[in-house]
Amino acid sequence: MVNVILIAVCVLGLIGLASAVILFVVSHKFAVHEDPRIAQVGAVLPQANCGGCGYPGCSGFAAACVKAADGGSLEGKLCPVGGQPVMEQVAGILGLAVEAAAPKVAVVRCNGTCENRPRQAQFDGARSCRVQQMTGMGETGCGYGCLGCGDCVSKCQFDALHMNPETGLPEVDEEKCTACGACAKACPRGIIEIRLKGPKGRRVVVLCNNKDKGAIANKACKASCIGCGKCVKTCEKFEAITLENNLAYIDAEKCKMCRKCEEACPKGAIHGFNFPPRKPKAEEPAAQSNQSNQSNQNTQSTPSTPIKEVEPSKAE
Amino acid sequence: MKTFKIGGVHPAENKLSAASPIREAALPKQAVFSMFQHIGAPAKPVVKKGDEVKVGTLLAEAGGFVSAPIHSSVSGKVSKVDVALDASGTRRMAVYVDVEGDEWEESIDRSPALVKLSNRPELDSKAIVEKIKNAGIVGMGGATFPCHVKLSPPPGCKAECVIINAVECEPYLTADHRLMLEHPEEILVGLQLIMKAVGVNKGYIGIENNKPDAIALMTEKAKGYQGIEVVPLKVKYPQGGEKQLIDAVISRQVPAPPAIPINVGAVVQNVGTAFAIYQAVMKNKPLIDRIITVTGKSVKQPSNLLARLGTPFQQLIDECGGLPEDSGKIIGGGPMMGKALLSLDIPMTKGSSGLLIMNDKEARRAQPSPCIRCAKCVSACPMGLEPYLLSKQSKLEDWEGAEKNDITSCIECGSCQFTCPSHRPLLDMIRVGKSTVMGIIRSRAAK
Amino acid sequence: MANRLIISLSPHVHGGDSVQKNMYGVCIALVPALLASLWFFGLGAAIVLATSVLSCVFFEWAITKFLLKRPGCTICDGSAVLTGLLLGFNLPSNLPIWLIIIGALVAIGIGKMTFGGLGQNPFNPALVGRVFLLISFPVQMTSWPVAGQLTAYTDAETAATPLFIMQNAIASGDPAELQKLPDATQMLIGQTGGSLGEVSALLLLIGCAFMLWKKIITWHIPVSILGTVAVFSGIMHIVNPIYAMPHVVLMSGGLILGACFMATDYVTSPMTGKGQLIYGICIGLLTVIIRNWGAYPEGMSFAILIMNAFTPLINTYCKPERFGEVIRKEEKK
Repeated sequence: MVNVILIAVCVLGLIGLASAVILFVVSHKFAVHEDPRIAQVGAVLPQANCGGCGYPGCSGFAAACVKAADGGSLEGKLCPVGGQPVMEQVAGILGLAVEAAAPKVAVVRCNGTCENRPRQAQFDGARSCRVQQMTGMGETGCGYGCLGCGDCVSKCQFDALHMNPETGLPEVDEEKCTACGACAKACPRGIIEIRLKGPKGRRVVVLCNNKDKGAIANKACKASCIGCGKCVKTCEKFEAITLENNLAYIDAEKCKMCRKCEEACPKGAIHGFNFPPRKPKAEEPAAQSNQSNQSNQNTQSTPSTPIKEVEPSKAE
Repeated sequence: MKTFKIGGVHPAENKLSAASPIREAALPKQAVFSMFQHIGAPAKPVVKKGDEVKVGTLLAEAGGFVSAPIHSSVSGKVSKVDVALDASGTRRMAVYVDVEGDEWEESIDRSPALVKLSNRPELDSKAIVEKIKNAGIVGMGGATFPCHVKLSPPPGCKAECVIINAVECEPYLTADHRLMLEHPEEILVGLQLIMKAVGVNKGYIGIENNKPDAIALMTEKAKGYQGIEVVPLKVKYPQGGEKQLIDAVISRQVPAPPAIPINVGAVVQNVGTAFAIYQAVMKNKPLIDRIITVTGKSVKQPSNLLARLGTPFQQLIDECGGLPEDSGKIIGGGPMMGKALLSLDIPMTKGSSGLLIMNDKEARRAQPSPCIRCAKCVSACPMGLEPYLLSKQSKLEDWEGAEKNDITSCIECGSCQFTCPSHRPLLDMIRVGKSTVMGIIRSRAAK
Repeated sequence: MANRLIISLSPHVHGGDSVQKNMYGVCIALVPALLASLWFFGLGAAIVLATSVLSCVFFEWAITKFLLKRPGCTICDGSAVLTGLLLGFNLPSNLPIWLIIIGALVAIGIGKMTFGGLGQNPFNPALVGRVFLLISFPVQMTSWPVAGQLTAYTDAETAATPLFIMQNAIASGDPAELQKLPDATQMLIGQTGGSLGEVSALLLLIGCAFMLWKKIITWHIPVSILGTVAVFSGIMHIVNPIYAMPHVVLMSGGLILGACFMATDYVTSPMTGKGQLIYGICIGLLTVIIRNWGAYPEGMSFAILIMNAFTPLINTYCKPERFGEVIRKEEKK
C-alpha cells in the first residue's frame, strides 16, 4: 500500500519537475520582448478594436503611440472612441502632454427620404449597399444618395446608427457616436462624413451629396443641392462655403453658425443641428408649418428648428 | 461531341426568335451615342453642338490604346454633348444627334456584293488592324473589348489559331444564329481577315449543337475556304466564355489571370465581330449598326433587328409589338449575364446583343434560405472555384482569404447562383469581393 | 407598366432547384425501405417512425419559435422530416415512445439547432440522436425484434442480428459461428432482424439509385464507402476466416443506409469530389475496424460522426481543380 502511494508520488513529482524545466526553458528561449508601456497604454484604451484610429485594433494603436512617444510627440494620434480623456491618460503614461482635439461626429449627408426622393425601380438581390451600387444608380434617380441597405449600420460597433424605416435613411445617435469612421468607410457612395461636432453639438451641414447638374438633381430629389450657389454668396464674408461639381460644401472650421445659408437655400438642403428653437413669426404661418414639417422629418437625432429668423447663437 | 471540362449548367434555352429573319429597324428620331461603349478609356468627342453629321462620320476618337472611336449611325445635327443614362445604370458623357434624312458618307460601299480576300491582295496584317481600329470595332458578344488590341499580340506571344465564338450559349438570344444563316460567306471572309491580321492559317468556328442548321450551312460554305473548320459543341453554359471556348475547341486551358488567351496561342472573336470586321475592311463601313435580339415570353413578336447604334430601346421594343403590360424587368443582354436596365430611354450600344423583357413573376428572385452546403455551386463553377466560400468570405470581408481562393478567376457567369437550391445571391457577394480584391491587387502593384 | 422596374445583378434566371426538392427527394428515395419496414415490423415500425418524424418536426418548430424567436417557419423545408425519418430508420422497432422523443430532442435540439439550424450543424443530427440513445440506453437500443411480428410493439420477441453473430465469431475465434448467418438472398431482401431501415439492402439501393438519377447526390460517397468496406473486409476474410465474407458485411447492419443516406448528408459531408472520396474511404475503414475490434457490433454511425468532424479539415485541403491549374503546375516544373 505504502509502496503504491510512494510510486504515485514519485511519478507525479517527476512529471511535475520535467514540465517545470520544459516550461522554464521554453519561456526563456522563446520570450518576446515587448515594451511594458504598450500593455499599459492598451489597458486605458477602450478595446473596441474598431480601427477608427487608423491602426489595426487597440494593441496596434498602443504600439504606435509608444513609438511616437519615443519620437517625442503624440501628434496625429487620436483614439476617436475614447476621445480627449483617454488620450490624456495615454499621454500621462508616456510622460507627454497632448494637444486638445475637437470632438467629431458622423453626419449622413443625404436627405433623400422616401418622400423627397421617389423610388423609380426596385432593387432585388443581396441586401447590401455595395451590391446595389453595382447596379448603377440604384432605386432612385439620384446616383449619389443613400442606398438604404444599411451597410453603415451593420458596421457600427457602438449601436449609434439606426435605419429609420419611415425615411429609409440611417440616423446617427450623437450620444453614442464615437466618430470612429467605420460607417464612412463602409458607405460605397461616401455619404457619411466625420465632421467637427461643433460647440454644444451645433453645426450647419449641406445634407446632400449629389454632384449632378441642377436640373437632374432637382428632378431626382426634392431636397437635393442643385449647385445654384446662393449659399456661397451669403457666406462671402467667411468663405466657409465652396461649390464644386455642382455641390456646396460647408467647411466646419470656417463656419460661424450664422445660418444665413440655411435660409438662402431654395431647396432646403442645408440644415442646422442642435440649435435652440427660434421664435416663429406670425405673418408666415403657412410657409412656417411647411418648413417645420420638413425639418422634423429631416433632422437626425434632435429636431432642428424652423428657419425663419436668424438668432445669433451663444457660440458666436 | 466537344465541350469544356469543368462545371457548367444547362439553362432552358428559350430561343423564341430563332426562326425570325433579321429585319431592319426604323431610324430613331434622336440617336444618343454613349462615350462608354467599350472597355477601357472613354472616347473623346470631336463634334460640338450644331455640327452636321452623316452616317459614318467620326463623333469621338479613341481615348487611348485600349479604347475605340465612335461613329455616327445617323445623319443630322448634333443637338448636345451631355450626360445620358446608359446601360451601366449611371449617367455618363454622350453625344446626342437629331436625325434628319439618311445620308451616308461616300466612302462607304453599300452594295451587297461579296468581296473575297483574293479580290484585295494588297491588304496586309498591318493594314487590316489599322482599318479595324479606325472603324471602332469592339467585341460584339457583350464584353466590348476593343478588337484591335486583341489582334496586336504582346511581344513574346504568338497566335496559333483563331476561334470564332458562334456558341451563343445565353438563353433567348438568337442574333448570332440568324447572322450565320443569313451572312455565312461574310463571316468566313471576316475570319480570313482576322487570320491574316494575326498571321495564322488555322481558324475554328465553334457552334453549339442546338443550331444544327447553322452548323450544316457553315460547314458547307467553309469547304471553299482553306484552313477553316466548323466545330460543333455540346450545349452547355457558359461555353461562350472565352476561356471555356478555347478549352472546348482546342483543349487548352488559359491559366489564372493575368494570363490571357494569347498565352495559349488562341485569339477568340465573336461571330458578330467577324462580320463587322468584314464590313469595315472590305466595305469601309465603320461599326454603326448591329443585330439585336428583342425577346421575352410576353413580347408579341420576338425578333432579330438590324438596328443603328444609339437607337433608344423603347423604339426597338415598339417595333416588336410594344412593351407588355406585365413587364417586371428589362435586361440588356441575355438572362445569365445581362444588365437590368433602369429605363427604356437608354440607347443601344456596340455591346447590346439582346433586349430581354421578363414579366414580373419571372423577374423576382425567390427568398434566399441558409446554405445547406450541397456543393452544387462547386460542381457548377466552370472555373473550378468554390462559390459558397467566396461569397461567405466577401460577406465577412476576408479579402485575403478570397484572394487565396482565386476570387479573381471568377468570370461572373452566374452558374453558381443559377444552380443554388437555397436561392442565395452568391454572385452578388462574389462581385463585391472580386472588385475589392482587384482594387487591393492594383494598389499593391502600384506601390 | 404599373409597377416599378426591378433591378438586380445577373443572373436573372434560376434553375428551379430548391432545398425542399432535395429534402423531399431523399424522403421519396426512402419510401421503398419504409414500406419494407412496415411489411416486416408492422405496428412497431409505424409507431416508431410516426413518433420520430412528428417529434422532430415539433421540436424544430418549437425551438425556432420559442427559443431562437426567429420569424418564419423552417419546418416546410423538409429537413426536420428527413431527420425524423432517418432517426426512425436507425432505431429498433420495439423502442418505447419516450425514448424516441428523447432521441428526437437530442437530434434536433443538440444536433442541429444549437449550432444555428439548417446548414450550420457539424454532425449529422439523426446520428447524434441515435448515438446518444445507443450510449445512454444500450439495452433497449440493441435488442432487435425478429421480423414478421406485425402486431407486436415493445413486447416483440428479439433475436441476435447478423452483426452479433459476426462479433461472436470473432470473439470465439471459431469460423463455424458464421454458419448461423442468414443466407445472402435473405439479407438482400431483408428478412433479418435489425433497425427499421437496415433490413432491406435491395430497396435501399433502389432509393440510392433514385437519388443519383435525380442528381440529389453524387456517386462519390456511397461508392467509396461500399468499395472500401468490400475490399478491406475481403482482405480480412482471406487472412483469417473468422472475419465474415465481404458481401455479408456489406449487407449487414446500417452499412448501406449509412453509405447512401446518412454519410451523403449535404451539410456534414465534404464539398469536392476528391474530398468526398477521402471521406468515404475513411468511413469505410473506420466502420470495419470498429465492427471487428470495437466494443460495439455496429460501427457505421460512429465512423460517420468521426468523419463529420474531419469535414471542415477536408474542405480546407481538398480544393476543386481550378481552371487552368494543369498549365500552372506544368509551368512551375
